Amino acid sequence: MPELKTWKELPIGGVIPGGATPELNKTGSWRSQRPIWNAEKCIHCLQCWLHCPDDSILIKEGKVTGIDYEYCKGCGVCARVCPVNAIEMVPERGEG
Amino acid sequence: MPSIKVLAQREEAQVRFTAGHSLCAGCAEPMIVRTVLNAIEEPVVVANATGCLEVATSRYPTSAWNVPWIHSAFENAAATIAGVEAAYKALKRIGKIKKRIRFVAFGGDGGTYDIGLQALSGALERGHDFLYVVLNNEAYMNTGVQRSSATPRCASATTSPAGKAIPGKPQERKDLTEIVVAHHVPYVAQASVSHLIDLANKVERAMRYEGPKVINVLSTCPLGWRVKRDSTIATAKLAVDTCYWPLYEVVEGKYKVNYKPKEKLPIEEWLKPQGRFRHLFKSEEGKKLIAELQAAVDRHWEELLRKERCTQEA
Repeated sequence: MPELKTWKELPIGGVIPGGATPELNKTGSWRSQRPIWNAEKCIHCLQCWLHCPDDSILIKEGKVTGIDYEYCKGCGVCARVCPVNAIEMVPERGEG
Repeated sequence: MPSIKVLAQREEAQVRFTAGHSLCAGCAEPMIVRTVLNAIEEPVVVANATGCLEVATSRYPTSAWNVPWIHSAFENAAATIAGVEAAYKALKRIGKIKKRIRFVAFGGDGGTYDIGLQALSGALERGHDFLYVVLNNEAYMNTGVQRSSATPRCASATTSPAGKAIPGKPQERKDLTEIVVAHHVPYVAQASVSHLIDLANKVERAMRYEGPKVINVLSTCPLGWRVKRDSTIATAKLAVDTCYWPLYEVVEGKYKVNYKPKEKLPIEEWLKPQGRFRHLFKSEEGKKLIAELQAAVDRHWEELLRKERCTQEA
C-alpha cells in the first residue's frame, strides 16, 4: 500500500480518477495452491479464462498463453472447469 | 449471440474489470461481472450497491474498474443509475453527448431483495433504460453470512444458526424474479454463474430492449455456503440441475425456460455438498425437512412450466 494521504489531499468524494489500479494490490501473495498450465494438453477452449475470478489466465488472439501469478489467488476453479485436465494444482512454494 | 471467442476478443481490446481486487479466492462475482461487461459492446457506466463487490473492488485508493463506476449507498444502486441515466438523456437532448452509453447496476441479494427493493421498484416503474444485475449469493456475505430474504429455507446463517431452537432459516426465500416480472418491464431473467454463456446471451438480448432490464444471477459464495473454493461452478450447476434455480427469461411477459435438465436431480444433490445444510443430514427431522424442500422445488418448477405454456400459447 502507498503512504496514506491526509484528508486535505484526498479528492472530493474519494474519487479514483485514473481507472483500475491492479498494481496496488498484487493478490498473488494469497496463493497456497499454484495452477500449472500444460500447453501441450490445452485445446484453447477458454473455459479457464471465462471462469477465472482474478483475470489471471493470460490470452492472446483467443489463445491461452499462460497464468498471471502476480494476481492468481490459487482458487483452483480453472483446474476444475478444464475439460482436458490441462491445469494441475500443486502446493505453492513461493517462487516467482 | 456473444460466443466465448467474442467475449475474449472484447476483453483483449479493453479490460473493463481487472485483477487486483480483494474478493475471496473462488468468488463467483468477478466471473459474472466480467461476463456482463464483456457482453455489452457500447461504453458502460456502472453503479454498485454496497456489498462484497463494492467494498472489495474499491478499497481506497485502489480500484478494479476501467469503466466509470459509482457507489453511493446500500439501498440506492437502482436510484443512482436512474439518476445517471436521466442526466445522460438530458445531455444527449441538448447535444452535449453524442455516443450511445449503456447503464448497468450491480447489487447483491442484501442490496436488492432487502435494502434496495424500494429503489429498484421505483426505477423499474419509472422506466429508466438500464440493466440491473443481482449477484445473488443468498446472504449478507460481506458482513459475515447474516440471513437475507434470499437465503433459502433451512440454510444455516449466523443470524439463523441451525441448532436446537431452529433448523436453519425457518422462512421461505423471497421470489425477487417474480416481483420484478410483476412490474411488467421488457426483460427479466434468471441466470447462474455455472452457465456464463447463457448469461452473456441474456445480457445481449436484454440490451435490445429500451427500458428496465433485470437479471438475477445465482452467485456461489464458497465461504458462506461452506463449499470448497474450487467448487464454485460445480455447486451452482447442481442448483440448476435440481431445478432449485431454473434458468429462464420473461421477455415482454412471455416465459421461456432456457434449460430443462434431462434428468431432474433430487434436491439432496444440491444440499449435500454445502456446509450450511449439513444439519439436515443428521436427524430424522432433517429428512422430513428435505422432503418439504423437495416439494417446494417441485411446486415452483411445475408452476414455471405452466407459466411458460400459458404465455407462449397466448
